[in-house]
Amino acid sequence: MNAIWTIAGKEFKDALRNRWILAATALLALLALSLAFVGTAPVGSVRASMMQVTVISLASLSVFLVPLIALMLSYDTIVGDIERGSMLLLMTYPVSRWQLIFGKFLGHSFILSLATIVGYGSAGVLIAASAESTSAQDWAAFAGLIGSTVLLGSAFISLGYLLSVVVKERATAIGLAVAVWLFFVLLYDMAVLGILVVDQGETLKADLVNLLLLFNPADSFRLLNLTGFDSTAALSGMSSIAGRAILPPWFALAALNAWIMIPFTISGFLFSRREL
Amino acid sequence: MTDSNSISLNQVSKWYPSHKAVSDVDLFVPEGCLMALVGHNGAGKTTLMKLILGLIRPTAGNLTILGKDPCDRDAFNRREGIGFLPENVSFEPNMTGRELIRFYARLKHESDKRCFELMETVGLGAAIDRRLKTYSKGMKQRLGLAQALLGKPRVLLLDEPTSGLDPAARHQFYDIIRDLRREGVTILLCSHVLTELEAQTDAVTVMNSGRVVASGSLEQLRERAGLPLNIRITVKEGMADKIASPLRKHQAQITRLNGRHLELECPPQAKMLLLRHLGELGSIVEDIELSNSSLDQLYAVFSTRKEA
Repeated sequence: MNAIWTIAGKEFKDALRNRWILAATALLALLALSLAFVGTAPVGSVRASMMQVTVISLASLSVFLVPLIALMLSYDTIVGDIERGSMLLLMTYPVSRWQLIFGKFLGHSFILSLATIVGYGSAGVLIAASAESTSAQDWAAFAGLIGSTVLLGSAFISLGYLLSVVVKERATAIGLAVAVWLFFVLLYDMAVLGILVVDQGETLKADLVNLLLLFNPADSFRLLNLTGFDSTAALSGMSSIAGRAILPPWFALAALNAWIMIPFTISGFLFSRREL
Repeated sequence: MTDSNSISLNQVSKWYPSHKAVSDVDLFVPEGCLMALVGHNGAGKTTLMKLILGLIRPTAGNLTILGKDPCDRDAFNRREGIGFLPENVSFEPNMTGRELIRFYARLKHESDKRCFELMETVGLGAAIDRRLKTYSKGMKQRLGLAQALLGKPRVLLLDEPTSGLDPAARHQFYDIIRDLRREGVTILLCSHVLTELEAQTDAVTVMNSGRVVASGSLEQLRERAGLPLNIRITVKEGMADKIASPLRKHQAQITRLNGRHLELECPPQAKMLLLRHLGELGSIVEDIELSNSSLDQLYAVFSTRKEA
């Protein structure tokens, strides 16, 4: 257990030292603030709280940005250490491979969580301070956004680990990371949409579409944020889907958690069998 | 396979799909012994170290370190007794020496005090708070050595430990090795710089294309190599020619000759006979220098042979 914390602590300190955390936090805070103060300007006479509008636009943007940050953080964690030679050395220490990969994962998810909580959180506080009134429901939606963003980030860190143990070279890992990002964030949705258009609702019913969305961590995140709360669901225009949906939000939550655990477990398994 | 061997390999092979890195290696390093592992680049030395450390599994054969299989389930609990200095390691450039050594020390349950002591021992005490990107190659090498010494290892595996070290640092390194040997630490060392090691090695193993081509003490290897002994004789002016012809009778071969100096080679077994003869010549001979074939020369002989 001790070794796990030592490894996690090292990852965290490394990210602190090379200003990774600072950069990611600043980026997320800037994104949240610009969306809040620029993005909500045209709301006009619609009665919607600034906070909730921000949650929806942030959720739509987090889907693109957070997976990218997570993949950049994690894609070379194993293969990079192997290439640098530090893995060889570390594996002669009294540390098992599972301890190592789990410690790294803890460190990386903590880094991303901290950046999200501080970045989005500080923006949230500023929004609340400048808005006329912020209800408990607004805060709940905002907290839900932060929590699910952490889960989304962890899911992509987990996918990044999988890349990192599968590939032989760092260069391959970065290419694959971009491919994974494109697939889950853009191509998957386009494919589902395309099928829907072709199918014209003949065989693909709403619940099946919902189920398809769970097979993508980014869509699970969307589903959770845009339909999870009644207020945001109404605003996001997802209520039509969500209304017909049979899937309760905890399905999306479970799917996100599975997207964290399954790729991580596979990477741990592959890593423990990999020859250095 | 007795307990007195800290490291033992029995017919160990490691084959990759593309090449045979190590084939049928037998290697026994008794406890407290300093064994030098020499060979060309790509002779399989590093692969052998990885096998001993349990980082890779052998294709065939079996091996033990400190009496246990390195790939055992709970092998990592015993790793506290093993120190390793890899050939190429690049540490996180933004870390300071102190941060790095403490990270490794924690993993080996070593106190901060002890790891700062070790930094002093390897001569990095003054540079401990500098970032690693400002370290020279030799300093990184010494940092690598410091981490290998964490946790009072009983077995040390050092891969090219002296590469990048200047002569002063190299001597410091040999002093450290001498102290470790006094404490009974078993050391397996890969090196290209051989001559300086001679005084300290108990045994030498020469590898070539994945096979052990020779193994034994320096004396044994010398004998087996059959390299001639070099003798350099200084005589009184103009006497060189005079003594040259009788020396030839004693199986000696004159390699260089001028007015005062003679250089000759003779088989090791003819040495004493030759020396006695030189002694009889009395005051004509002013000086005799003997030089044994060096580890470098031995290495050259064995590494070009296919099989011992």
